[in-house]
Amino acid sequence: MDELIDKLKGEIIEQLNLEDLKKEDIDNDGPLFGEGLGLDSIDALELIVLLEKNYGIKVANPADGKKIFQSVRTMAQYIQDNKK
Amino acid sequence: MAAPNYITAYAKIRSGKVILNGETGYSANADEPAADFVKAAYKHYELNYPKFYKMDQLCRLAFVCSELLLRANKVTANYATEDIAIIVANNAASLEIDTEHQSTIADADNYFPSPAVFVYTLPNILIGEIAIRNSIKGENTFFIFDTFDPRFMNSYIHSMLNTGRAKCCIAGWVDFYENKYDAFLYTVEQTNNGLGIAHTEEQLNNLYK
Amino acid sequence: MNHKTHIIADNIISPLGFTSAENFEQLKQMKTGVQRFETSALSSEPVCTAAIDSARLNREFGKLNVTKPYTRLEQLFILSISDAVKQNPAIDLTSPKTLIILSSTKGNIDLLQKAEADKFDKKRLFLWETGNVIADYFKNSNKPLIISNACISGVLAIIMGKRLLEGSEYDTIVVSGADILTHFVVSGFQSFKAVSNEVCKPYDASRDGISLGEACGTMVLTNKQQQQSIIVTGGASSNDANHISGPSRSGDGLILSIEKTLKEANVHPSEIDFISGHGTATLYNDEMEAQAITTTKLQDVPMNSLKSYFGHTLGAAGIIEAIVGIHSMKNNTLIGTYNFKELGVTLPINIIKNTQTATINNCLKTAAGFGGCNAAVLFQKNTESN
Repeated sequence: MDELIDKLKGEIIEQLNLEDLKKEDIDNDGPLFGEGLGLDSIDALELIVLLEKNYGIKVANPADGKKIFQSVRTMAQYIQDNKK
Repeated sequence: MAAPNYITAYAKIRSGKVILNGETGYSANADEPAADFVKAAYKHYELNYPKFYKMDQLCRLAFVCSELLLRANKVTANYATEDIAIIVANNAASLEIDTEHQSTIADADNYFPSPAVFVYTLPNILIGEIAIRNSIKGENTFFIFDTFDPRFMNSYIHSMLNTGRAKCCIAGWVDFYENKYDAFLYTVEQTNNGLGIAHTEEQLNNLYK
Repeated sequence: MNHKTHIIADNIISPLGFTSAENFEQLKQMKTGVQRFETSALSSEPVCTAAIDSARLNREFGKLNVTKPYTRLEQLFILSISDAVKQNPAIDLTSPKTLIILSSTKGNIDLLQKAEADKFDKKRLFLWETGNVIADYFKNSNKPLIISNACISGVLAIIMGKRLLEGSEYDTIVVSGADILTHFVVSGFQSFKAVSNEVCKPYDASRDGISLGEACGTMVLTNKQQQQSIIVTGGASSNDANHISGPSRSGDGLILSIEKTLKEANVHPSEIDFISGHGTATLYNDEMEAQAITTTKLQDVPMNSLKSYFGHTLGAAGIIEAIVGIHSMKNNTLIGTYNFKELGVTLPINIIKNTQTATINNCLKTAAGFGGCNAAVLFQKNTESN
C-alpha cells in the first residue's frame, strides 16, 4: 500500500502539472481538493484519466470521484480494490 | 473631435527578450526553446502563481507578459473591475495545444483525451486567465489576424473608450506556435497615467516593431 | 449615434434545413435535429449529435458550380452567405463599404487529422486564412474580421457588427458563424464528462449534459435607412474572472453583460418580451443563467434554449439562435424548448414548454462560454422609417 501511495503521488504531480510540489508535500490522508492541494473540477476529471491510463480503471460516473479522491490513501485503496 | 487616448504602459516578449516600457529586462539566447524561455522569465520575475504550471504555452506567455505590464501600471487599482476591457489577437489561435489534443485521440489503442489539455484549445482562455488573476470583469474579445493589426486595434479601442464601453483597455497580441512566440500587451487609458504616448496607429506600429 | 443597425437578411444551415424559413418551420413543429448515432467517426461510443446531412450539403454546394476545392466549414460559410445575400439586392459584397465578420471556435480543425491533412495546404488550418478564402470567393476587398472567443463568439460577432456600423467606414456588415462536428471537439467534451447520452434537456430537472451540433448562420447588418426591420439596440460582453471552465455560481459575469446591454439600449427589464437563452443543459450553466436572469429581474420573461434542436454549435450558436429569435419576433411565435419537462434550476424562471404565439418587441439573446466569458445582445422591432 505504502509503495502504491508513493508511486501515486508522483503520478498526481505529473498528471496535474503540480510543478511546485514534491511528494513529501502531499499528506497521505490530507484532502486533495478545497483546502488541501487546492485542486479544482478539471483536476478531478484529470485524475479519472490517470486511473484509466495508468491502471486501466474506468470511472463511469464522475460523481464517484468525490469519494475516490478524498485523499491519496482513498485513491490508492480504490486502485487496489478495482485493479484487474 | 474624439478625445485623445494614451498608451500608458507596454510589455513585449520576443526573441529571448523581455522588454518593459522600452527597457530590456530578462533576456536569454534568442535560440533558447520558447517554452523554456517563458518559464525562465516566470521564475526570474518571481511571479509565484502555482496555476502557471497548469497553463498551456500560449497562456503562460500571456500570463508573464500581462503580469509585467500590470506591475508597471496597476490599472486594477484605478478602475472598477467591469470598466477594464481585455482585447487580444493572434495568428495561430490555440493551434499549439490543439495539436497536442489531437495527438491524444489519434490512436484508438492509446486514446486518452485530457480535459486539462482540451480546456486550453480556445485562444480566449488566455483572456480568462488574465481576468481571473486580476479580477477583471469588463469586455473581452479575441480576434484572429495574420499579423498584428495596429490600424484595427487602434480604431476599435478608441471607439471602446470614447463610447464609454470601457474606461481602460488591456490590449495586444499574444502568439505561440511551433516554438515561435511573440507577445505585446499594452494599456490604453483616457488620462495619462504613465508613459503618455499618444494612442495612434503609428505609435502602435513603432512600439510593436 | 445617428444610425440604427438594421438586420436585412439572414440564413441558417443546420440539420433542420438550409434556409432560415426551413429551419423556423421545423422549430415551430418542435422537431429536433439531434439524433443518436450508434457508430460514427466522431466517437467510439454511441453519441447524440446534430449533424448536417453530407449528401445534401454536397448537392446544395454543387449547385454553385464551384471548381476549386473547399473544406466542409468553408462550404457552409459560402452557402450560408450566398443565401443571405441574394435575399436583398441592396447587399453588395464587392463594395469596399461591406465587411465580412466570421465567428468560429475551431475553424478547419478537422484538417489536423492525418486523413484530411493531405487534401489542403497547411495554411488552411489558420482562421485568418479561412477569412481570406471566404473574402476571395465573394470578391470582397476588405480583410474579414475573425472572432474566436469560445461559445460567445457568435453573439460577440453581432455586437462587433453593430459597433463597426456606428463609424463611417462600413455601411454593410455580413456576420457569419460556423463550426463543424469533429472527433476533436466531441472527444474533448466527452473527456469533460459533459456530453449527455440522450438529446440534451435544457433547464430540465433531469438534464445531464450537452449535445453537440454543427451549423452555420449569417446575418446581414446595415446602417442604411430601412422601412421596417429588426434592429440591434445594444450588446456587451464580460468575464466572470472566476474559473476557466466552470461558470460563476452567482452568474455575476452574465449579469454585467445583461445590465450593460439594457443600459446601452435604454430598455427596462419589464420591456423585454423574450429571452433566447444559452441553455447548454449542463448542471452548472443552466443554474448560473437562472441566477443571472433572476438578479436582473427577468425571471418572468418567457425564455427558451434551442440547444435541444441544434445541439451546441459553438461559434455558430449565438448567430443561429439570434436569427431564430428574429424570426420569432417577425412571426409572433415563441418556440418551445424541446425536451424540457420539469424546471430543474433552483429559481423559478419562465421556460417556454410549447410553441405559442406572442407579440415580441424586445428580444434578449445571451451566451456564456469557456474562459469565463459572457455576452448579451438586444433586438428590437423597428416601426419607424429610419
